[in-house]
Amino acid sequence: MDKKIKFNTKNLDLFYGDFQALKSINMEIGEKEVTAFIGPSGCGKSTFLRCLNRMNDLIDGVTIKGEILFDEKDINGDIDVINLRTRVGMVFQKPNPFPMSIYENIAYGPKCQGMKDKTQLDTLVKESLVKAALWEEVKDRLNKSALGLSGGQQQRLCIARTIAMNPEVILMDEPTSALDPIATAKIEDLMSSLKKDFTIIIVTHSMQQAGRISDKTAFFLMGEVIEFNETPIIFTNPNDKRTEDYITGRFG
Amino acid sequence: MEAIKRKKRKEKIVEIIFLICASVAVLSVLAITFFVFYNGLAPFVTNSYPLWNFLSGVEWRPDSNLYGIFYMIVGSVFATFGAILIGVPIAILTAVFISEMASSRIGKAIRFAVELLAGIPSVLYGIFGLGIIVPYVLKISPFAQGESLLATIFVLAIMILPTVVSIAETSIAAVPKEYREGSYALGASKVQTIFRVVLPAGRSGIMTGVILGIGRAIGETMAVMLVCGNPIAGIPTSIFSQIRPLTTNIALEMGYASGVHQQLLYSTGVILFIFIMIINFTVNKLVKQKVGS
Ligand SMILES: Nc1ncnc2c1ncn2[C@@H]1O[C@H](COP(=O)(O)OP(=O)(O)OP(=O)(O)O)[C@@H](O)[C@H]1O
Ligand SMILES: [Mg+2]
Repeated sequence: MDKKIKFNTKNLDLFYGDFQALKSINMEIGEKEVTAFIGPSGCGKSTFLRCLNRMNDLIDGVTIKGEILFDEKDINGDIDVINLRTRVGMVFQKPNPFPMSIYENIAYGPKCQGMKDKTQLDTLVKESLVKAALWEEVKDRLNKSALGLSGGQQQRLCIARTIAMNPEVILMDEPTSALDPIATAKIEDLMSSLKKDFTIIIVTHSMQQAGRISDKTAFFLMGEVIEFNETPIIFTNPNDKRTEDYITGRFG
Repeated sequence: MEAIKRKKRKEKIVEIIFLICASVAVLSVLAITFFVFYNGLAPFVTNSYPLWNFLSGVEWRPDSNLYGIFYMIVGSVFATFGAILIGVPIAILTAVFISEMASSRIGKAIRFAVELLAGIPSVLYGIFGLGIIVPYVLKISPFAQGESLLATIFVLAIMILPTVVSIAETSIAAVPKEYREGSYALGASKVQTIFRVVLPAGRSGIMTGVILGIGRAIGETMAVMLVCGNPIAGIPTSIFSQIRPLTTNIALEMGYASGVHQQLLYSTGVILFIFIMIINFTVNKLVKQKVGS
């Protein structure tokens, strides 16, 4: 059975001023799959990821050409960006909890959407923390500052905060690059469990990570997608010589 | 050998020059403090005027040997409080507008205007207050004059803008962009991001600005003198009442006062000084807290 297509980009070009950071990207991202983006530094992985929830709107001088269809609607067309971002959540490279309590960090998104009921919020906070495998560690200190958590806990809090919005897609930009191996393992476990409910797109510099958690992998190079395929194929039998060079570490 | 020695001596001399320069500020503070306190405390030490009458009195009639400053303290505090109440929200929203909303050209233009405002001599604020604000207040006032607490509050509210705007702007700009991105990524709007994340995150810096604004308002003399009315007695009972802040009391009479009268003007300065010290102390504490966290 064919999986439903969640994101479909067509001839996507992106310019920072005069500099073209993405070149004619065509990619179909399936629903409830984990898609990994790999490629050398500066090749446009983050840029592409940030297109998908329109975070590039925050940067001056960005021009985008082509189409990004989300459930078949162009997100650069006539859509509500806020609605898009509630449906497409994002976890950043550096854990960025707000300087408020753990509870408030999670309740923040729902509150911004107008949720006020205390019991409803309480339940949501708990559920999200449980799903993010953080509940046991923080249940006694929900009202303490989130900045007091360890880096790995902070990152799981950021994931919990994203889950609380019940998005359809979660974008993750190198979510474990600032973490130690144990915290990384926890987050990877978390991702495999989240995959049931969410479409996950992750940027990573770790080939092992891409290999362990993703269903499909896209290899980026200088703003282009060189190859996009099932992860096992990319890692064992890539079509393009450059992909092979990159994953075997012979690149550059 | 000689050369090295000469070089060393030169270094030493330069160091001493630096030290002397640095001492100017310290010595000035000590000298002013000593001078004000020495003269200001004298009447109470020598019992030429009772401290309690000075602090609790509501009349200042040098001819009748009545020197009460309680109504002035109240006036100063009310005027400052009012100025903060009106000026701070305007200043914070201005800072938000400059740093988060305006295009860079408009932002620059507003920032330039705010900086100019900071450079205007206070007597000109006073003239502006007297010529524009006082007549307006007179129109709505039940009393026969426009010089009032309200006019003072308006003038001071404008005067504290530059201080509060520039410090608030700096602390808003210092809020990491990661917080903003995190907020937008959760579907928050711009206004929600500003009020729920950016301002709370910058709050200790903004508080510092507010407190410096309080210091500015309570210490302002010249502008206030022209619009406050300077009555010789009476706690203000309405915003249209005239007030006589501590600062103008000193400035109005120091030129010709002598004896106990003059000393009690110094005493007024002591009270002002204490207010300012409390304010500075609070700022220091806040700044330290920020560094600590
Ligand atoms: N805000 C910006 N303004 C101008 N150029 C930018 C901006 N952000 C990124 N770029 C440029 O766009 C290109 C792609 O950057 P991007 O951050 O997407 O790379 P990346 O693949 O995520 O790299 P990394 O693995 O180091 O995170 C780079 O050449 C970068 O210098
Ligand atoms: Mg990146």
